[in-house]
Amino acid sequence: MSQYKLIHCNINGKDVEKMVDVRASLTDMLRNEYHLTSVKKGCEVGECGACNVLINGEAFNSCIYLAVWAEGKRIRTLEGLMSPDGELSDIQQAFIDETAIQCGFCTPGFIMTAAEILESGKLYTDDELRKLLSGHLCRCTGYENIFRAVKKTMYRRLGKEIDF
Amino acid sequence: MYDMKALYEAESVQDAIRLRLEHPEAQIIAGGSDVLVQMREGKRSGKELISIYMIDALRGVSLDEEENLRIGSLTSFSHITRDPLIQKYCNVLGEAVDQVGSPQIRNIGTIGGNTCNGVTSADSASTLHAYEAIVELTGKDGVRRIPIHDFYIRAGQVDIRPDEIQTAILIPKASYENTFGHYIKYGMRNAMEIATLGCSVNVRLSADRGTIQRCRIAYGVAGPVPMRCPTAEATANGQRPSGELAGRFARAVIDDINPRDSWRASKAFRQHIAVEMAKRALTRAVELAGGEMA
Repeated sequence: MSQYKLIHCNINGKDVEKMVDVRASLTDMLRNEYHLTSVKKGCEVGECGACNVLINGEAFNSCIYLAVWAEGKRIRTLEGLMSPDGELSDIQQAFIDETAIQCGFCTPGFIMTAAEILESGKLYTDDELRKLLSGHLCRCTGYENIFRAVKKTMYRRLGKEIDF
Repeated sequence: MYDMKALYEAESVQDAIRLRLEHPEAQIIAGGSDVLVQMREGKRSGKELISIYMIDALRGVSLDEEENLRIGSLTSFSHITRDPLIQKYCNVLGEAVDQVGSPQIRNIGTIGGNTCNGVTSADSASTLHAYEAIVELTGKDGVRRIPIHDFYIRAGQVDIRPDEIQTAILIPKASYENTFGHYIKYGMRNAMEIATLGCSVNVRLSADRGTIQRCRIAYGVAGPVPMRCPTAEATANGQRPSGELAGRFARAVIDDINPRDSWRASKAFRQHIAVEMAKRALTRAVELAGGEMA
């Protein structure tokens, strides 16, 4: 017997409502109902971070978040970072500039964690940054370029000279 | 899609109690970072769930009328770490839960879920034992408060009655006052790792900081449930802090702990690191309390 529930939330700045299967994860809902395919299905057990989205400003693995819990929440995915005219955000451009992408599967998750880091307005040490980024697996780049893309953008946004 | 039979969503504690009584077979789900993973892996597939995640009344840290620290059971690890009351009165708990999983897991994982799982490796568990935390359970007949030591019955089983949910964890004022603690987690990597062994030590020093008035130590993964070490504590209580004492204290934990061989580590290795972790955690706790290791 299927069980559905009407869910109201805000996705990338837009108020929406949808009948949702209670068995769905937030990943299922964002991909299947809203075609937000930046939200990747990776491990689906909360280990790899490929499905990471921001919920009320905090990073969550949407694969282990029930879709019905989205009720009343503000959800942001990578698609929400792009400006209305299609320009990439600074952090997305930094991933390109630093070759922080190879296959691209981990990238949206990493960038949404980076968005939370950058929007905090804080200047983190290298060790703090590494810890903040530790919820994501990348099997291509070896992480160094990803780390550099986030660090450079953090310094740029804070108007500070980079020290490496 | 998760393979669940049905989902019952509680909107309040009373609602959760009603759902518990109506659906005795259903599993409670808080943040879901264990329950949903187990469901995905097939261990809990086809089961009914009672979600308590949307009960916002169970979130947040406060001081009650007796100035005990009260942590709502659904407070996430990251919110515990960032909370000013935790930082002021029981910073070691914030540091301990900052070593759970990854940043995303610390945003979804709750202290209630961490303890209700009944697993010995929970990063909050050793510190909660070392601070003699009180578990608050709410059922149809009202509130029941029990020491965390009694809450853990055996591996994977805790004392929650069929009509109850856990609603808070309390750290009594007498327990946190003038007390400083340190937690060490031993794992093979820093992120997304289950502790091979976890050790939490806290001390209260005399006014002149020359005597350890009270020392408490607890381990995770040193036995089927988290445990205190009475022999080691007796060794340190009333003594002057020193390197020699730290060594004696640390060696005494062997009489208290009962680790096992597992694929993660052997019993012998766990015993070996338990001694070193006790020594380091005590030394750090004394330093945090403003004392010196003579």
